[in-house]
Amino acid sequence: MKTQWETVIGLEAHVQLLTKSKIFSPASTAFGAAPNAQASVIDLALPGTLPVLNRVAVEFAIRFGCAVGAQVAQHSVFARKNYFYPDLPKGYQISQYELPVVQGGTVSCLVSPRPGEPYTKTVRLTRAHLEEDAGKSLHEVFRDQSGIDLNRAGTPLLEVVSEPDLRSSAEAVAYARALHALVVWLGICDGNMQEGSLRCDANVSVRPAGDARLGTRVEIKNLNSFRFLQQAIEHEIRRQIELIEDGGQVVQETRLYDPGADQTRSMRSKEDAMDYRYFPDPDLLPLQISADWIESVRGSLPELPEAMRARLASQYGLGSYDAALLTSSRALAEYFEQVARSAPDPKAAANWVNGELSAALNAAGLPIEQCPVAPSQLAALLSRIADGTINQKTARDVFAALWDQTAESVDAIIEARGLRQISDAGALEAIVDQVLAANTPMVAEFKAGKDKAFNALVGQAMKATRGKANPAQINEILRRKLGG
Amino acid sequence: MTELAHSGLAQLAQLLESRQLSAVELAESFLARIERHRDLNAFLDVRPELTLQQAREADARRSRGEGGPLLGMPIAHKDIFVTRGWASTAGSRMLKGYMSPFDATVVERLAAAGMVCLGKLNCDEFAMGSSNENSAFGNVLNPWDRAAVPGGSSGGSAAAVAARLAPVATATDTGGSIREPAAFTGVTGVKPTYGRPSRWGMIAFASSLDTAGLLAASAQDCALVFNSMLGFDPRDSTSVQRPDEDFARSLDVDLRGLRIGVPAQFFTQGLQPDVEAAVRAALEQYRQLGASLVDIELPNAPLGIPVYYVVAPAEASSNLSRFDGVRYGHRARQYDDLIDMIKKSRAEGFGPEPKRRILVGTYVLSHGYYDAYYLKASKVRRLIADDFHRAFQRCDVVAGPVTSSVAFNFGEKAADPVSMYLADLFTVPGSLAGVPGLSMPCGFGNRGRPVGLQLIGNYFDEARLLGVAHRYQLATDWHRRVPAGF
Repeated sequence: MKTQWETVIGLEAHVQLLTKSKIFSPASTAFGAAPNAQASVIDLALPGTLPVLNRVAVEFAIRFGCAVGAQVAQHSVFARKNYFYPDLPKGYQISQYELPVVQGGTVSCLVSPRPGEPYTKTVRLTRAHLEEDAGKSLHEVFRDQSGIDLNRAGTPLLEVVSEPDLRSSAEAVAYARALHALVVWLGICDGNMQEGSLRCDANVSVRPAGDARLGTRVEIKNLNSFRFLQQAIEHEIRRQIELIEDGGQVVQETRLYDPGADQTRSMRSKEDAMDYRYFPDPDLLPLQISADWIESVRGSLPELPEAMRARLASQYGLGSYDAALLTSSRALAEYFEQVARSAPDPKAAANWVNGELSAALNAAGLPIEQCPVAPSQLAALLSRIADGTINQKTARDVFAALWDQTAESVDAIIEARGLRQISDAGALEAIVDQVLAANTPMVAEFKAGKDKAFNALVGQAMKATRGKANPAQINEILRRKLGG
Repeated sequence: MTELAHSGLAQLAQLLESRQLSAVELAESFLARIERHRDLNAFLDVRPELTLQQAREADARRSRGEGGPLLGMPIAHKDIFVTRGWASTAGSRMLKGYMSPFDATVVERLAAAGMVCLGKLNCDEFAMGSSNENSAFGNVLNPWDRAAVPGGSSGGSAAAVAARLAPVATATDTGGSIREPAAFTGVTGVKPTYGRPSRWGMIAFASSLDTAGLLAASAQDCALVFNSMLGFDPRDSTSVQRPDEDFARSLDVDLRGLRIGVPAQFFTQGLQPDVEAAVRAALEQYRQLGASLVDIELPNAPLGIPVYYVVAPAEASSNLSRFDGVRYGHRARQYDDLIDMIKKSRAEGFGPEPKRRILVGTYVLSHGYYDAYYLKASKVRRLIADDFHRAFQRCDVVAGPVTSSVAFNFGEKAADPVSMYLADLFTVPGSLAGVPGLSMPCGFGNRGRPVGLQLIGNYFDEARLLGVAHRYQLATDWHRRVPAGF
């Protein structure tokens, strides 16, 4: 019998915190400046410089800890992680080791496997700790030389470490997306993946299904997009299973994913694993966080995605899938609520936001914050559908017009383009009569028992009105005239 | 002008204030002495034009109506403090010619008070040493006896003050680097409470121990300068917020009723008879001045050296990692790749003592050894601090020898690191606890070399410590002795 394999994945996510200045220096963290323009004497690790902790970074860590239901440690310690690399100016990274600021917590996510039904997964967090980012080595810019850009050095990171609770690449991606949405939601990260604002390392192992013992894990480094995360994990799972099935053994190592070749390659094995010689940083006192501080941060938290999901479902009568989609970002949820508050039917609003609107945003590559259609316009559009002024099909045309010409009102577009639905019974009867007269073979087919012919006749009637006829009325008239 | 250089700060301040003397004249007189005694090798970088520019500025400030006891007063800085204008090398080839774009807080504060910088002072490489034999730029000679070491690591500061090449000098103390050279050169050296002076701009050796302090002829002179030097600095997270104190005005402590603790542990372990005799005589003098002597125990003090030589190298191994040849400092000429560049630059840039301590520090922090060494040492360090805490319930200051012998000869201990490390036996416990300590001359021992008396105070008790020393210096003249020829 062929072995069934179970995948076990844990993620370490490096979340760049949205502070104005660096975690231990007053230099700016803005992205895209000229190389080394934002490296202070501290970031350059000039002799005699010392770190001073940025309180905002701590506040963001507390915010995250409260949001995931973790314990925020009132006493945590910064430690030095020692290793040499040209883009690590001090020769050590200030991080947290034995006593991290955030301990425990959970993140829930909606997993949509293909194939399979969507389900909710709750992932336990081991910890989240504060640390500084390194600079960047530029090996390709200069001939026979390497460039070092220290603008990123000292950028605050929150490293969020999950328990090995993930069982597939789909779960890993769903978790990473939920985490991404959460940190953006909390306003502690800009979420810009292209600029490296959220980078993941994945620990992947496989074991025979039902085994309690974990397989040997491999760490895949620096996965900076959801797509790469998925591909790298899938590739790694295949590699490990093939290796074991061919009689080999997985060795504990660190591998680097190459998206171009869609493969991982070994970076260093366990034997070469660095001894980071962690010890408490004597330049920084232990981080003391008062209970008052934690409570004041907790009190200022926005409504969180999970709570909002439940509320949207009950308040607007939405399904859990719709509610989850709407709460994939705080901006989207807020957009929906603005529409739902003035639209006649919240479920229709959810369908439109998750359907037409999201598709249009995706196609244009725009975030919801830059949506050209205002919530009030979408609400007006939904009102005109509900009151029968236009039908669903023409509503799409109106939506497209709104997208292109944001200044115009829904009613103005309907009038200007003559999209008003024809609901006049007399006019529609006349049209139906014409259609029946012109399509006698179809009428005959219908009478012979072919139900499909009925739909074709409806289609002809709609076509005759250029889509503006009230479809329900057409249906009713046709049925009556055909003696249904 | 010899007498000018032999004057105390208060006298010099008076001359400056009454405009009998300009800051330029005063600076010129010291620059001339520095030039005349270059053979001591106390200074690493002297730039008369910069010094005189600062002196002119001080004179200009005075003519604008500004004042203050330090306005126009010369000072020299240990080359552990980074300075604009003068190279900052930490006595290492690694930083030869390194120019800092900013001043250390201590330097900045003293300049703001009007002090005029005479230049940078030689020291053991990265402040690692007890004899100044570890400087990449040569030995500093002891003005009392050129065959004797001046002590370390602040050997340049001590020799400069002893030879009156500067009326006062900054220094740093990690395990005894102010007090031991002060004892060896017959000057007064004070290490304040850890956290009271800023470490911003001090090239780090062992961050949890490094403390800026002063060397001068007297406790009174140190007190005057501490007024402007100490204080909270937001750029140093270990800096302590304390109300300002006027140390110069609180010198008149009453010795009657003062309890001086005499730790049994400081009068064993190879304490040489000449040193013991001078120290006992000083204690007797204190008794005659009204103080009482109390026998105390610092039971864990003898563990100070092993604890120190775990903690300090551990921190040093990490602190010195930034010297990689990438951004500044020495870079090897030839290398194969990035990592090789770092390896070769460090191999060439560091001298033997930093290398030894980097190795020791790397070892004690290694996976599997951390608990046995670093963690254990941290716990014993706490016990040593507890010893002081208990002692200060029974006495007001602790007194004893600074070192077990007078200054030894060049080469005498250089080949034996452990015997060299034992030079810090009596100073290291106070450093580990973080309490303030002071060394002042109390006589002469073998071969006419100075002997130091150590006073250790409770946390933030610098004012009393300085006052207790000042009282002794009012009654004695050891601190006024100047080596022949200076």
